[in-house]
Amino acid sequence: MSASMDPLVIAGRSFSSRLIAGTGKFGSFDVMRRALEASGTEMVTVALRRVDLDATGGPDILRFIDPERYLLLPNTSGAVDAEEAVRLARLARAADMPPWVKLEVTPEPRYLLPDAVETLKAAETLVADGFTVLPYINADPILAKRLEEAGCATVMPLGSWIGSNKGLRTADAVGIIIEQAEVPVVVDAGLGAPSHAAACMEMGADAVLVNTAIAVAEDPPAMAGAFALGVDAGRRAFLAGRAAARDEAEASSPLTGFLDRLATSQSDPAVTEP
Amino acid sequence: MRVHALTDLDAPVTEGDGFEAPFPDRTFARVLAGLPLDDLLALAHGAEPSAVGRALAREPSRRTMADVAALLSPAATERLEDLAAASRALTLSRFGRTMHLYAPLYLSNECLTTCGYCGFAKDLPVVRKTLTEQETLAEARHLVARGYRSLLLLTGEHQRLTGVPFLERHVRLLAPEVPSIALEVQVWTEAQYRRLVAAGCEGVVIYQETYDPERYLQVHLAGKKRDYRFRLLGPERAARAGARRVGIGALLGLHDDWRFEALAAAAHARHLMTTYWRTQVTVSVPRLRPSASGFQPRVEVGDRDLVQLVCALRLSLPDAGLVLSTREPAGLRDGLHRIGITHTSAGSHTEPGGYEHPGEAEGQFEIADHRPPAEVAASLRAMGYDPVWEDPSTPAGIERGLLPASRA
Repeated sequence: MSASMDPLVIAGRSFSSRLIAGTGKFGSFDVMRRALEASGTEMVTVALRRVDLDATGGPDILRFIDPERYLLLPNTSGAVDAEEAVRLARLARAADMPPWVKLEVTPEPRYLLPDAVETLKAAETLVADGFTVLPYINADPILAKRLEEAGCATVMPLGSWIGSNKGLRTADAVGIIIEQAEVPVVVDAGLGAPSHAAACMEMGADAVLVNTAIAVAEDPPAMAGAFALGVDAGRRAFLAGRAAARDEAEASSPLTGFLDRLATSQSDPAVTEP
Repeated sequence: MRVHALTDLDAPVTEGDGFEAPFPDRTFARVLAGLPLDDLLALAHGAEPSAVGRALAREPSRRTMADVAALLSPAATERLEDLAAASRALTLSRFGRTMHLYAPLYLSNECLTTCGYCGFAKDLPVVRKTLTEQETLAEARHLVARGYRSLLLLTGEHQRLTGVPFLERHVRLLAPEVPSIALEVQVWTEAQYRRLVAAGCEGVVIYQETYDPERYLQVHLAGKKRDYRFRLLGPERAARAGARRVGIGALLGLHDDWRFEALAAAAHARHLMTTYWRTQVTVSVPRLRPSASGFQPRVEVGDRDLVQLVCALRLSLPDAGLVLSTREPAGLRDGLHRIGITHTSAGSHTEPGGYEHPGEAEGQFEIADHRPPAEVAASLRAMGYDPVWEDPSTPAGIERGLLPASRA
């Protein structure tokens, strides 16, 4: 099935790419722009803390992201609690950015792990305020349902911590989130290789978000293209109905076959035991 | 309390330590007193090559203090290229191909303390100057026009001229125009730091100068700064007061053994990162520079030593910002930027008013990399790094980038 027949739909908006791209950690804005192009993405997240509309040391990052081509998804990176995240989202809207927000509430600077309590609080406020909210969360199935009930447009559980490139370490919990979700599930953070992205898509994630693995690669545009292929391969596999892996060979004579024989003998008392 | 030996630091926290109640029971004073320094120093000076190999092979977040010591050892010097490669890879994965740029802005060189190595020391017959608010604004605007969005405000130690009210006034003055403001000034109590944070101060930098209490007393001859313990606990008071970034460091060359200073600084950073987990920790690696004090370092910390130190800090503190100033010459800085440094300055002046009126007052020390910021930024770009001017960590700072005065 081609991507155009299988769009990702978030809050009523269709995207033909299931790869969402981040914009941090690139060696230059020009490399970033080429990587975005090569990724085929249609949604690009930008940290508001890196936006400087009056920049004097070099051009501002927003000049390198074509708003006709990409949905600009401002993120609240740097917010340490709900109040700060809400304030940043409102600032972005006041600066004429789209009323979409990737909600990140990360009170510690080392692993940048999301604060569940504050994220839920901020999501409730922002949804009420008219934002389309895409929250970054730990892979917590209950929190995912709570955020869905709060009106979030997606949930974005982490594969492993930001920038770790460790892959889908949270596979079991993400599996439960996918099983239960009624909004798109985007695996965000920690995906270090196209195979990681493919694995997420194979298990039924609706999209992935990738930043560090592309930005820090030797050749970011080439890696962005590789991730696009990984996402596509994984999605196709999911749609094709991947056969379940089995731990053991199937027993050649079924262990419960006798039940059928019992049923036959009960319905026909004339039949005797073999 | 005068501290003569590290074991003196084990004393419980009292009111004199400057914390607000409830006092912390586990401070870095206690951690440092309990560190098995004899064993660690033996390793730092005599680790076997196999210990270096094990330390390098270990997952970064699992490295022990013994690994840190091994990475600082002469045996590790033999493997400097391996250390550098591992350090670069770790820095890239954690911080990406970016380098944060900041500028020091000296507000005053008035000082009531006598530090034997400093060009601002109390009794030196040098030209003194404290900036007026107008002069501070002019200096800051000079830096902002050159790209800077992150300024480090510095003063000497003068309780009356550059005390908390002075600092509060200057931070509030700059806050509307400068997204990110940090302070490197005399040390304060937790309550005083709280006032400075409320005024808009995002970060606090406090070098312990030397972690050796005895050497500390030898070079800090007079003034409030003689109190080793009060200074040692400064970073945690600032963190408790809500500073988002806390910077530490030792002034390399004061103590005979840079490996000792490195071990203590690494332990200090680790303590801060685990206890004050909301705070971003940075570590600086300043080497002593010539100044009006005429102070002569007892030992030279060599260029190879400095490179090894940066690698060892990065490999043992994967998430710490590592800060390099213009004390170091251009060639060495360019090399270190690729190995583990994440925050760097450029085109610095260490004399108050020096950006608009260079040379009119005494500087704290001589700088060695005289390249203007645009040239350092170009050199970073040529090495594949994006110079990051704007990356505040407070909503107020982020607001200034999103809604500049011209749009508001």
